[in-house]
Amino acid sequence: MSAAGARIGVITFPGTLDDRDAARAVRLAGAEAVSLWHGDADLHDVDAVVLPGGFSYGDYLRAGAISRFAPVMEKVVDAANGGLPVLGICNGFQVLTEVHLLPGSMIKNDHLSFICREQPLVVENASTAWTNEYEQGQRIVVPLKNQDGQYVADEHTLDELEGEGRVVFRYDGWNPNGSRRGIAGVTNARGNVVGLMPHPEHAVEAGFGPASADGPRSGTDGLTFFTSVLAYLVAA
Amino acid sequence: MGRVVVDVMPKPEILDPQGKAVAGALPRLGFDQFVSVRQGKRFELEVEGDVTPEVLDAAQRAAETVLSNPVIEDVVRVADIEADAAATVESEGLA
Repeated sequence: MSAAGARIGVITFPGTLDDRDAARAVRLAGAEAVSLWHGDADLHDVDAVVLPGGFSYGDYLRAGAISRFAPVMEKVVDAANGGLPVLGICNGFQVLTEVHLLPGSMIKNDHLSFICREQPLVVENASTAWTNEYEQGQRIVVPLKNQDGQYVADEHTLDELEGEGRVVFRYDGWNPNGSRRGIAGVTNARGNVVGLMPHPEHAVEAGFGPASADGPRSGTDGLTFFTSVLAYLVAA
Repeated sequence: MGRVVVDVMPKPEILDPQGKAVAGALPRLGFDQFVSVRQGKRFELEVEGDVTPEVLDAAQRAAETVLSNPVIEDVVRVADIEADAAATVESEGLA
């Protein structure tokens, strides 16, 4: 398949905030963005799916806990188990843990405050469907904005993730939320499902991203997520 | 009308940031005898009829699959609160 023909679905739940930014990131990467509705149990033949950030169902019960039961999620789980690339950003990551596509969970930040900052990350795994165009060990900066961003899992799970190279991103320098072992993002065993708390879709276009060496708001480090998945689809 | 109460607490090994914040506020109001606080959740599930063993069983399953996340929380109680209250009154009457 060619990258231009790729269709990437972006799911909207009640309370999702970043679906339009995610769709824009998909288009800037050169693919077609397809809006998917939480209540529609149909993925409309997309080649990949993004679960964007926000506060689906107001974070009631637990962040992502109610979205997990949305009709569209049953299809996402089936497709993900079949190899479909799935990316969960922030609240989308929380949904992926609640639906057990990714291990662990997120609890309230250790300092109890909402945090919004330009977050340096280290790419720990540059071979997933969503990170294959980064370099292993590359340092990138994308926005981070959340209240329940502290990644937790039991020690056994953490050791397993580390041992299998499934930690995809780690916070570089200061740990902004108390996440275990500084983990910012993880992947499944197959490498097609990735979840992270920071927001790559907010760093895809010069003029609207975080600061970079080229000046204020010039950072576009997040775009590589979306070009990576296109490269993955073309190669598949 | 029967009611089942489900109590969910953060796992002991998981730091409870909210409980810690509450623990920090208590001494400022003069409550200095409490050395730690953990904050959990209480759900009250109402049913039309009586709380039968089947209802309790369903509540237990709901507690484990929806109301709690086993990665970070434990279900510490699933009980018929009316029956519990009656039992408490009874035991107090005996004492």
